[in-house]
Amino acid sequence: MFSEQSSSATPGLSDNGSAVSDKYGAGPPPLTDTDLLEMYRTMVLSRKLDQRIWQMNRQGRAAIVASAQGHEAAQVGAIRALDPERDRFYIYYRELTTMLALGVTPLELLLGFLAKEGEPLSGARQFPLHGAIDRDRRDIVSFSNVVATQLPQAVGVALADKMRGEKRVTVAYFGDGASSMGETHEAMNFASIHRLPVIFFCENNKYAISVPISQQMNIESIATRASAYGMPGIEVNGFDPVAVYEAVGAAANLALSGQGPTLVEAVVERFLPHTSDDDDTRYRPPEDLEGIRDLDPIPATEKILRASGTLDDALDEEIKSLAQKIVNQATEDAENAPFPEPQDFYEQVYAPGSPGDQS
Amino acid sequence: MAEMTVIEAVREALREEMERDPVVFTMGEDIGARGGVFLATEGLLDQFGPERVIDTPLAEAAIGGIALGAAVNGMRPVAEIEFGDFIWPAVNQIIGEAARVRYGTQGRRTAPLVLRVPYGGGVRGGLFHSQSIEVAFSHQPGLKVVAPATPYDAKGLLKSAIRDDDPVIFFEHKRTYRLVKGDVPEGDYTIPIGKADVKRTGTDLTVVSYGLVLHYCLEAAETLMAEGIDVEVIDLRTLRPLDTDTVLESVRKTSKAMIVHEDTKAGGIGGEIAAVIAEEAFEDLDAPVKRVAGPEVPAMPFSPLLEAEFMPSAEKIAAAMRELAAY
Repeated sequence: MFSEQSSSATPGLSDNGSAVSDKYGAGPPPLTDTDLLEMYRTMVLSRKLDQRIWQMNRQGRAAIVASAQGHEAAQVGAIRALDPERDRFYIYYRELTTMLALGVTPLELLLGFLAKEGEPLSGARQFPLHGAIDRDRRDIVSFSNVVATQLPQAVGVALADKMRGEKRVTVAYFGDGASSMGETHEAMNFASIHRLPVIFFCENNKYAISVPISQQMNIESIATRASAYGMPGIEVNGFDPVAVYEAVGAAANLALSGQGPTLVEAVVERFLPHTSDDDDTRYRPPEDLEGIRDLDPIPATEKILRASGTLDDALDEEIKSLAQKIVNQATEDAENAPFPEPQDFYEQVYAPGSPGDQS
Repeated sequence: MAEMTVIEAVREALREEMERDPVVFTMGEDIGARGGVFLATEGLLDQFGPERVIDTPLAEAAIGGIALGAAVNGMRPVAEIEFGDFIWPAVNQIIGEAARVRYGTQGRRTAPLVLRVPYGGGVRGGLFHSQSIEVAFSHQPGLKVVAPATPYDAKGLLKSAIRDDDPVIFFEHKRTYRLVKGDVPEGDYTIPIGKADVKRTGTDLTVVSYGLVLHYCLEAAETLMAEGIDVEVIDLRTLRPLDTDTVLESVRKTSKAMIVHEDTKAGGIGGEIAAVIAEEAFEDLDAPVKRVAGPEVPAMPFSPLLEAEFMPSAEKIAAAMRELAAY
C-alpha cells in the first residue's frame, strides 16, 4: 500500500474533509468548534500539570519526569478519534496528555509522580505513568520502561479481541527511538499478516534521548516503513490536533472494518530534555529549538478558536485559571497523601493462593 | 491406563485443554501443518483450525510478546519456542515483562500464558540445539518453571500450567520425548505445580534431580541397590517455586544429599538446593552436599564422544553415589 504525507502545516479545522480520509475511506466525523475547545482545555491542563511536575522535580519533590510538552496536540488529537471505553491503550512514558484525555485525573497522576499511596497504575511500585488502570475503568497499560515491548503485546491484545469477535481498536504508542527496535518490526509484520485492529501511533520527536533522527535512520519518514508490511502509513503534523484526529480516525475505521493495522506517525517536538535527569545542552544545539516554540500547538489552537469566535478573553482566562486551580489543588492533595507502607510488598508476585504466593 | 511417550502426553494435554476451554490456543513456528518439529501439535490444526493453531513468522520476540498480550486480554496462549536455544529474543518479553505484569500493575493485569520449551541435549544437537536454559527463568520471581521427566507428569503438569493464572515456562527435555514411555490415565487429571515427587524411596542417601538425567539417577540407584546402597530419588518436577519441604524431609531422613542436573554446575539449580539444605538441614547432614552437573564449557559439542563427555550418565552418577555413600 502507500504512505501518505499530510499537507496540514498549521492547525485548523478542515471543513472540506481531509486528503487522509479521502485516501483511506471514511474518515471520522468532522470536529466541531466545541470539540476543539474541549481538546484545548485538555492541552492547557496537561501543560500546566507538566510544568508543575517539572518544577516539583527541580525542587526535589518528584524523582523523575518525562515531559509531554510539545506532544500535547498529537496526544489529544489521537484520543479524540478513539473511544476511551471501547478501545485499548498500550502507552509509553511520555503520555501525560493521553492519560488526562482518557479521564485519569491530575491528582492520580501527581500521586504517581510523588510515589504516593493510591497511585492508580501500580500503587507507586513503578515509575510514574507505569502499570495499568483498572480494566473495568479504562484499558490503559504501560508495563515497562523498556521501549517497544508494548508493540507485540498490543498486537497480542488485538489478536485476542479478533479471536473473540470483539470490535475494538488497540493503540500501540511509541516514539522514534522505539522504531529502531526489532520488536517493532516483528509486531507490525504479525499485525498486518493477520489484519489485526491495531494503530501503531508513533510520536516522532526526532530524538532518542540524545541521538538525533539522522543517526537513527536513513529515511525521511517513519510512516514510509508501513509499505514494507503491506499496511497504510500516514505521516501527520503532530502540532495539528485536527490533522492527528483525522489520521487516527481513518486508521480506527480501517481497524474496525477488518482492514487491519495502520502506522500513524505524528511529527512533534520535544520541548524539554528527554527526562528530568537529562541535560540536552550537551547534544542539542540551541538553534535546534529556535522558532519551534513559535509553533507551540497550544497558543496556535487558541488562535484558531479565537478566530472562529469560540474563545474570547474571558473564556480563555476561565479555562487557564481553572486548569491552574485544578493543578494547585491536586498538588496539595498529592503532597498530603502518605507514601505506601510496605505491608503489601510481597503481594501480587503470584496469584493469591497459588504456588509461590507469599501474601 | 495407556502407555505413551512424553511427546504424546504433551499433545494429549494440549488437545484436551483446547477442547475444554475455548480461550486456550497455541502458536509458534511450524506448529500448524508441520505439527511442530517434534510433532507436539500434530493433528491440532485439523481439529481446531488456523485461528487456534497459529503458525507464526520466525520471530521469537513476537511469539513471547503476542502471547503475553493475548494472555493479558483474557486468552490462555500456549506458545511453543521451537528449541530452547532460540528463546533469547523472547526473554525481553518473558523475563523482562511477563514476570512483572502482576506485580507491576498491583494485580490489575495478569499473564496466564504457557511457553513450551524443548530443551536439553543427548540428541546430537550441538551447541545450538542442546542447551539447558532453565535456570535463567527459575531465577525470576513472577515466573513458574516446570520441567517434567515422565509422560504422566508431563500431561498432568501441562494441564496445570495452562490453568494457572501466572506465566509458566514449561521445559520439555527433547531426549525424553520418545525415549521415555509410561502409563498415563485416561481422561482429565492434573499434577500440582510446586510439588516434587519421590520417584524412588530409599534410606541411605537423597538424590535430587529433574528432566532426562532423573532417569539416569533411577538407573544408577538400581545399580547401587545391588551393592546394598538404598538411594532415594526425588524428581523436582517444578523448578520455581521449589518444593524444598520434600527435599528437606528426605535429607533429614538419609543425612546425605546429592543434586544431579544436565545444566551447568556453576549457578545451576543444584547450588540453590545445596544452599537451602545448608541453611535448613545442616545439623542433619553426615556428609558434604555433592553435585553432578554439566561441565564448564558453554554448550554441548556435536561429535558423539564429545557429547558423551558433557552428559551426566548413569555411570558417572553411580560413581558419585558410591563416593557419597562411603563418606
